[in-house]
Amino acid sequence: MAEKRVHWSVYAFGVYLLLPLYWLVNMSLQRNQDIVGEFAIVPRNPTLTNYAEIFTNPVWYEAFGNSLAYVSINTLVSLTVAIPAAYAFSRYRFLGDRQLFFWLLTNRMAPPAVFLLPFFQLYSAVGLFDTPFAVAFAHCLFTVPLSVWILEGFMSSVPREIDEMARLDGHAFGYFFFRLFLPLIKSGLGVTVFFCFMFSWVELLIARTLTASEAKPIAVVMTRTVSASGLDWGVLAAAGVLTIVPGIAVVWFVRRHLARGFALGRV
Amino acid sequence: MQRRADNRAWFAVAPVVVVVAFTAIVPLMTVVNYSVQDIFDVDTRLFIGFDFYRETLRDPRFAQALLRQLAFSALVLAIEIPLGIWIARALVRNQGKSATGFLILLSVPLLVPWNVVGTIWQIYARPDIGLLGAAVTALGIPYNYASNVLSAWVTLLAMDVWHWTSLVALLSFAGLSAISPAYYQAATLDGANAWQTFRHVELPHLKAVLTIAVLLRLMDSLMIYTEPFVLTGGGPGNSTTFLSQYLTTMAVGQFDLGPAAAFSVLYFLMILLLCWLFYTSVMRGGDDG
Repeated sequence: MAEKRVHWSVYAFGVYLLLPLYWLVNMSLQRNQDIVGEFAIVPRNPTLTNYAEIFTNPVWYEAFGNSLAYVSINTLVSLTVAIPAAYAFSRYRFLGDRQLFFWLLTNRMAPPAVFLLPFFQLYSAVGLFDTPFAVAFAHCLFTVPLSVWILEGFMSSVPREIDEMARLDGHAFGYFFFRLFLPLIKSGLGVTVFFCFMFSWVELLIARTLTASEAKPIAVVMTRTVSASGLDWGVLAAAGVLTIVPGIAVVWFVRRHLARGFALGRV
Repeated sequence: MQRRADNRAWFAVAPVVVVVAFTAIVPLMTVVNYSVQDIFDVDTRLFIGFDFYRETLRDPRFAQALLRQLAFSALVLAIEIPLGIWIARALVRNQGKSATGFLILLSVPLLVPWNVVGTIWQIYARPDIGLLGAAVTALGIPYNYASNVLSAWVTLLAMDVWHWTSLVALLSFAGLSAISPAYYQAATLDGANAWQTFRHVELPHLKAVLTIAVLLRLMDSLMIYTEPFVLTGGGPGNSTTFLSQYLTTMAVGQFDLGPAAAFSVLYFLMILLLCWLFYTSVMRGGDDG
């Protein structure tokens, strides 16, 4: 295909995506009285006070810490259990493998709302309620099947002859797996982290149900600010901007693998 | 090369099974358990069979939430799938720097926390402080998503399109990138027009990724909770109360364990059934699909 200019509709869609984000940043740079007082396309008295409020108020910055804590635990647990399983699915036939693989995927179809109550009781019973671990494990419901699915796709694209060759060369399995095999699917690992992060970071319903005061994540603090005090749109917008930053950082790190990841990983 | 048969592979799969059993099977069994018993306290419980299911199915509020849910999901799919394919087709012809930049922009909405998506649109669409709300009001169109049912629905749809079209576009982009240029040359030689090229060259190649895109959008739109919760809170009235919202009010708000559990089971089975129906009909469609 000859090089063509990008159709105008794509730019229109880009603007459609950017405008709400621009407005969020715009709001985050204004004091609440300016926001409510006068309508301004460009902030008239830009200020960073909203951000200062978030970085100095422990309710806000601890909530950020809590969110990052359970997202990291979740990503770590998901990768640890999913890597061996994905390898098994991609390399061996075993009793019930297809059924198991399909059953894992059906968990992706379970509405989180269905699991609220049992999760609450289960994690209260084992004493994990209101800790980052409860949210991290609960999110495994979505991230583990997803990780297995994505990693299996990437691992299957590595020829099985490589395993054989490493064995014939006299490498121990551990050496082969960690030093040769995993580096080969580096982009797969990156994409998996992207999706674990994506599903754990953005989720509100389960995180809200499984935390009370100690482990309250940022998303919950934001919704509670909305319902409780008189709204401070500026601070809310600033918090919103800050929750988007980690996402953009992750996209930046995996940017070269994005298209490939979506194709191979089958999401 | 064939995969080797070796049941010892179960050892490698065991951790996943344990984790998913802990996060899925145990809770799901609890739900089923609740749905068939009337529980008064820890020691007093009564097996009542399918009474809660009957109750749920007869509840007019369930039927209304279900209708709204199906309408919402149908609209979302009808907008996002064609739009996503369109964007991907436009992008794939320009494999330069701007395409990479655009791919990054496309992935941003996917990584915004769902409640923040609600907040963004709340701020953006409010008639008093929002850019969109102010612009629409300035055009003389009566618009207020908090009090007008039509406005609320349009805002929710616009928000979902903003949030999820990227997923369809990225998947389609990946699918389209994998098509060999030879197919396009052949199509040009045969004198195919743009529509015929799309219909007979691109669509068959996109079948796999589009199946995934539709499945993901179908199940996720059926589960939508957070964004309407933040934006409209299910209102005005009950006009944007979808199934998850209704279930959450029932389970956590009113603590109606039995009916909520029966609702949950029906809800889960419905999503499974819809996904299965779609999947089998696509697979039966053969290469033409």
